[in-house]
Amino acid sequence: MEQHQEGNKIDRRKFLNSGIRATIVLGIGGLGFSLLKNLSAEELVWQLDASKCIQCGRCATSCIMTPSAVKCIHVYAMCGYCDLCGGFFRPETKQLTTAAENQLCPTSAIKRKFVEEPFFEYEIIENLCIGCGKCVKGCEAFGNGSLQLQVSHNLCKNCNQCAIARVCPADAFSRVPVKSPYLFKGFGNKKLVKPAEDDE
Amino acid sequence: MKKIVLLLSLLFVLTFQFESAFSQRFPKPEFENGHQQPPTLTPAPRASLMQWFDVFVLLASLSVASWLVIKKRSRRGVFWLSVFSLAYFGFYREGCICPVGSVQNIVLGMFHPGYVIPATVVLFFAMPLIFTLFFGRTFCAGVCPLGAMQDLVLYKPVNLKPWLQKALGLIPYIYLGLAVLYAATATDFIICRYDPFVGFFRFDATFSMFFLGGIFMLMSLFIGRPYCRFLCPYGVLLNLTSLVSRKHLTIAPTKCIQCRLCEDSCPFGAIEVPSPVKPAEMRETTVQRFLILTIIIPVLVFAGGFAGGRIHEKLASVHPKVELAQHLLNPEKEVTEEMRVNLDAFKTAGKPTKELFAEVAVILHDFYVGGWILGGFLGLVFGLSLANLSKFKYQPDYITNKGTCFSCARCVDYCPVKDENPILQKPQN
Repeated sequence: MEQHQEGNKIDRRKFLNSGIRATIVLGIGGLGFSLLKNLSAEELVWQLDASKCIQCGRCATSCIMTPSAVKCIHVYAMCGYCDLCGGFFRPETKQLTTAAENQLCPTSAIKRKFVEEPFFEYEIIENLCIGCGKCVKGCEAFGNGSLQLQVSHNLCKNCNQCAIARVCPADAFSRVPVKSPYLFKGFGNKKLVKPAEDDE
Repeated sequence: MKKIVLLLSLLFVLTFQFESAFSQRFPKPEFENGHQQPPTLTPAPRASLMQWFDVFVLLASLSVASWLVIKKRSRRGVFWLSVFSLAYFGFYREGCICPVGSVQNIVLGMFHPGYVIPATVVLFFAMPLIFTLFFGRTFCAGVCPLGAMQDLVLYKPVNLKPWLQKALGLIPYIYLGLAVLYAATATDFIICRYDPFVGFFRFDATFSMFFLGGIFMLMSLFIGRPYCRFLCPYGVLLNLTSLVSRKHLTIAPTKCIQCRLCEDSCPFGAIEVPSPVKPAEMRETTVQRFLILTIIIPVLVFAGGFAGGRIHEKLASVHPKVELAQHLLNPEKEVTEEMRVNLDAFKTAGKPTKELFAEVAVILHDFYVGGWILGGFLGLVFGLSLANLSKFKYQPDYITNKGTCFSCARCVDYCPVKDENPILQKPQN
């Protein structure tokens, strides 16, 4: 008799447990279902909208990576190939030489190459760039604005919460589907920028 | 020569300004020596397909973990699985994506229809919960890289006093509540921001992150899994689901013989010691306790909600827009260098102040409601844990606490009872 009762008790508990279990499964299912309408099969990545960027310099300091995963990317199609490059030279520079004291970049990450009179090509050395945006500011002030800060996606760890996005004063960061991770400014023609894998 | 070219180019720009889709100060030069303009490099992110591979690895390792814990009862197996998980989810995938943080994505997705949540994130959130519902916290045992990180360095576990453990065990509820509040209001993902181990996974982090991680690693040497037990917000959900799990790790494979060998084997204080047989409680006492609790719990919920509602402005002040509005409202307020940049940025963006204030009003209202809910929830948690403490539970054997047990299977090795023990088996005729 006693044993029978005990058996009953355990059964009741089991029944209750499986009831709760079924509820939780249904709950998770329901949650998934309710999220279904704004569900995407694609991964999200962080994007820096270059047109919003104000080059405050926080990209260099706030990224969890050192150096930052935000780099200056040169949109050559927009570049005027100026001799007096606002992104390369300090404003008060007298001689247009590559001497360190003339350079705006704190890490000398911009390589100045002579192409032909009077054009010079400027190349960003990614390893050296810290994403401070000084050149971007200079280029925007005196040039075409072809130097732009972007999240370099081969370096970005794609944190769930981007540490730079949190402190960005211009609210330039957003989560976007992985298909179009870069957002340059200044030209409508997206063909000007080729994905890196295409040139290999 | 240079000047002429510059002048010409300027003229050129001015004439053809309206023709080009975008205005440039200096036109793109035509090179006479045939110089090719290099392409702009836009390095591609990791392929989206790999995310599905992560889901597969998670599913596989959850299955293996459950099999090792429930069927094989093998501590060694769980150990090696956690080494693998630490290597894959920790050091290879660098801690992102993880189910612990996915709670926030789910909440953000629920409250902000504009946020498109990847399906893989939903799976990362749901799969460990479903497995826990059927097999106990096998996710914690062998799959979670954060848990593995602490478990593998556990050197000399110190047993904490039960009252301390119970009290500290309430922190995860607070943490979860705050994380949900901040994710729901799209303020911040605090779980990810204060993740103590992600810096180690990446070999790179800010000093404060490393500092926090270092403290946790030092504590992990002597206190078993401090993050899992006293902070992990996802652990709250796992704890609750594990309570009703269909199967669960048991210390003894068959019948406990109360040999006390496993008593000190659990570094996480998850083994429940048999209670000495107590006489049945007086009916009056039971009724009295029940009455007191039915009064106390609603009072606690209300008091918590009230307190939460009261401090909603404090809670909201970490929201960048709220902070900005506060500074705009009282210009006398001391402005940090950082804040000055923010204010300048806001002014140059040219957004009307009224618009910002309207937005902030909505945010504050959300925080007010959220504060009430958060406070009420914490009051409920507190009340229910009081109720749980005041109840006497009789239980004759050494068993694991289904909620707090991580299913690491350490205790299994201490149990002398064997499945094939002829004495314990039914006599065969």
